[in-house]
Parts: sequence; C-alpha cells; structure tokens
Amino acid sequence: MRFLGRVGVVAALVVLGGAAPAPGVDPAADQKAFAAFFKEKFPDVKPADFGNGPYAVNAAMRKQWEDIMQFPPYDFALDEGKTEFETKFANGKSYADCFANGGIGVRQDYPYFDTKTGQVVTLDLAINQCRTANGEKPLPYQTGKMASLTAYMAETSRDKPFDIKIPDDPRARAAFAEGERYFYTRRGQLNFSCASCHVQGAGQRLRGDILAPALGILAAFPIYRSDWGSMGTIDRRFTSCSAQMRSEPLPPQDPAYRSLEYFLSYMSNGIPITGPGTRP
Amino acid sequence: MASTIRVRAQATGDSTDVQALVQHPMDSGFVKDSSGNLIPPHYIETIKFEHSGNVVLTADWGPAVSKDPYIKFSFKGGAKGDPLVVTWVDNQGKTDTLTTKLA
Amino acid sequence: MRRPFNDIPSTSRRGLLGLFALAGLAAVVQRAWASAPGWPEAAFQQKSVDDSIKQLYGKPFEKSDKITLDVPEIAENGAVVPVTVSSTLPNVTAISILVPDNPSALAASYKIADGTMPSVGCRLKMAKTSNVTAVVESDGKLYTTAKEVKVTLGGCGG
Repeated sequence: MRFLGRVGVVAALVVLGGAAPAPGVDPAADQKAFAAFFKEKFPDVKPADFGNGPYAVNAAMRKQWEDIMQFPPYDFALDEGKTEFETKFANGKSYADCFANGGIGVRQDYPYFDTKTGQVVTLDLAINQCRTANGEKPLPYQTGKMASLTAYMAETSRDKPFDIKIPDDPRARAAFAEGERYFYTRRGQLNFSCASCHVQGAGQRLRGDILAPALGILAAFPIYRSDWGSMGTIDRRFTSCSAQMRSEPLPPQDPAYRSLEYFLSYMSNGIPITGPGTRP
Repeated sequence: MASTIRVRAQATGDSTDVQALVQHPMDSGFVKDSSGNLIPPHYIETIKFEHSGNVVLTADWGPAVSKDPYIKFSFKGGAKGDPLVVTWVDNQGKTDTLTTKLA
Repeated sequence: MRRPFNDIPSTSRRGLLGLFALAGLAAVVQRAWASAPGWPEAAFQQKSVDDSIKQLYGKPFEKSDKITLDVPEIAENGAVVPVTVSSTLPNVTAISILVPDNPSALAASYKIADGTMPSVGCRLKMAKTSNVTAVVESDGKLYTTAKEVKVTLGGCGG
C-alpha cells in the first residue's frame, strides 16, 4: 500500500497496529510527523492549545471546562502540594535541594534519560529518588501527596513548552522506541492500542467522552478528574486506562510506562504545560 | 489547619463578585466504597455569606451538589477591604467558617 | 454482563449511575443526626418537582421566559455539571434548582437577599439524562423554566 507524506507514515503505523518502524531510527522525524498529523487533522486548533486535550477539539466540552476553570477543583491539592514541597525533610534538606532551579519551573523537562543509571526518570520517580536519598520513605504513586506535589511543580511550569531531550545514547533511543512501540501496539481484550483512541479516534466520541489527541496529552497532568473526584498522576491514568481497555495494568512507574511517558512527552515538545488540569 | 473554604471576592465599583470553593466530600449516602459498604451521607446543608454583617446569600444544599462544592454570585455594593464571612454546617453537625476581605 | 475492572468504583460514572438506580428503592435517606436549623428537610426528600416546590414554597408556579438557565447539552461528567441560573424578573428573593430524575428532585435552594443579584452558579450531580428545572421567586410569585441535560457513561467503561 502506498501512503503519501507525513500523514501517511502515522496513519500507516496506526493501521498496521504494531508494525513500528525500526526502533529509535529517528525520534525527531517521528515527532515532526506526529505533530503534522494532528495539525492536519485539526486545522482550527492553535498548536499550543493541544495541551488542553478534548477541550481543544470540542466547543461544548470547552465551555464546561472554562466554567469549571473559573475556580478549579484542584485548588486544594495545589495548596497541599506547595506546603509539602516547602516542608523540610528530617535531615534538614528539602525537595528544592534535589532539583535544578530549586524545583521551580522544571516540570517541562521531565521525563529525562539518566545516562548514569540508564533509565527514564519521570518527575514522580525523581521526587521519590529525592526522598529516599534524604532518608524519607517514598510516597505511593498515583494519588495523594504525589499528585499534590506534582500539581504544584506543574503549576510553577505553566505555559512553559515541553522540552524533552533524547541524548545521543542508544539506550535513550531504545527507551523512546519502546514507548513508541507500546503506544502503537494493540493489546488486551478490546485489542485497542493507545493510538486507536488517541490518534484514529481523536476528537470523536466514545460514549460520553471526547477523545483527546495524543499530541500534548500529558501537558495537563496531574489532573483533577471528575470521575475520580480527586487528583491523579500520569501513572493513575495509565493504569486505569489499561484496566478499562481490559488489558493488564502495569505497576506505577513500570519501565514500559516510563518509556511511554518519555515517548508521549517528546512527541509533545513545544506544547506548553497546562497542568495541573481538570478532566471529565 | 487550613480552612475548607476558598473565596475569591472582588469589589468592582458598584458591585462585588463572589466565587467560593469548599472542600467537602458531599457524600450522598448512595455510593459504596471499594469493600461494598455504603459511605454514609455527609454533605453541607447550609452555607451562608455575610458582607459587613449583612447576610447576602444563604444556600440550602442537598447531596446532589457536586463534591468540593462551588458557588458564584454577586451583590450590590461592597468595597475593597470589607469583611466577608462564610459559614457552612453539614448534616453531621460539622461546621467551618472563614473571614476574609473583599479584594 | 461481566463488569470490567474499575479504577475507583465509588465515584466512577458507572458506579454513580448504578447506585443511583439502586437508591430508587430507598425512598428516604435515614439520617441519625438533626439537620441544621432552617434546612428544608422535607423539601429535600421529595421525588418530584411539584412536591419539592410544594414543600419548599407551598405556592403555584408558572413558566417564564425571563429565566436564563445555562447548562450543557451533554454533560462532560454527570458528577460535575455546571449550572447557572439568572433572571430579569423583578425583586427576586429565591432561586432553586431541581433535577427531577435524581433520587430526590431538589438539588439546591438559594435565598437571595435584598441587594444580591438574581444569579447563581453552581455544580450539580446528575444521575442520568434529565431536565434541570430552575425556580425563581419574584415579587412573591414562582416562575420556572427547564432544560434537558444529557448524561451518559464515560467512554472508557468507567
């Protein structure tokens, strides 16, 4: 089959559902193709607005969101996060000591590939690395303090564009490729890939929901999801989505999820952080 | 202990715009927890807004008001620095109050 | 039908809808505590708009086109539906909002003091597709308007 141009590359990946290109061949080219696909699919959406997910592509949903954003329900979590962020550890140090710029305005740089340890480090993982390095117990992922902390850190990065780097290291390219492969692979009882909904189905309805485009999809995290009635991190959404797609959810911060986050974030380079956010 | 009440009250010349967000579960009593037990009803029944000693709004709520309830209204008058007192009472007899100043 | 594994059963839309259906059997919520003084307990226990208004105001009501009811056509999530009611009717002293297809129809009732604008914004729970009815008391008389809001399950099975 012949497909023309960049749109064709992405469309082919979706249709073939898992026959990904040679791993890590060219993240930059994939990113360009990805962004171009969505810009072509949604020509009326301002590029920066992709960080607003379903609200960028549906006016009726957007109105409800704007109504709720007059006084966002994550307000309490933000305060809790700020307090937690500013509270010293037992050893006198604090989160600020673990991050560049004291942890303020750095969220858009995560995840990054740590060449020393050879692994993808997400913001959540970095927070717990900070805690254990300072004699504190790690926080449970997905909800609670981890969600509040990442909410505060995201807020300090609001409007800063994603700036994910893939160092010139075959392991980094492999992690990117692993995330890309995960994204396009069909799995579970419903045989859906992430792309089935967030590329093919982007902007369309799935019962009451409008599917968010994959471009910029992580920009609003962590989110106060009305469905949860509370804050949740990227982990919370990955595991719950896996379960809802009737595929085995992986544990939070599983290497496959971290690679997925790495891939999705790199694909969204240039899209401003819109988090913390609210979603249905 | 942080207040459960957040208020944004803006005096805009001849009137004041008020928005409030309250941290409260607003449990209806109809929903079960993960063990299958009914979560008992726990919702704000009444919330009152007083500007400089005058009640400007009283809301009677039931469990159909969303979790972390929100309210938006406006009243005539009000000047920057005026006191605004917000008080709620829930069905379990719990209460909270916040005194703030108009911006 | 096999229920899919759910992330959070208690506040998911599926849970909300399923259990609101169950609640239809439990007509009155038994409470062990006394309500706040002045809280219109009887009004909050009625199932129909008519009975709720009877308990709350004890007056007849008529339709009016001078009430603006701002609600979404399709709720993004039945747990948090933004609703704004405003009116150009004179001397408004109360605004109430009802959702007839909820277990109890009355959702919220506002006493509008002298000098307060006849407009309130709030966020309500809706168990399923239903009308939202706004009641406005103006110069001692009651006026209503209603709009339908579609509520459905979320797409991801949760």
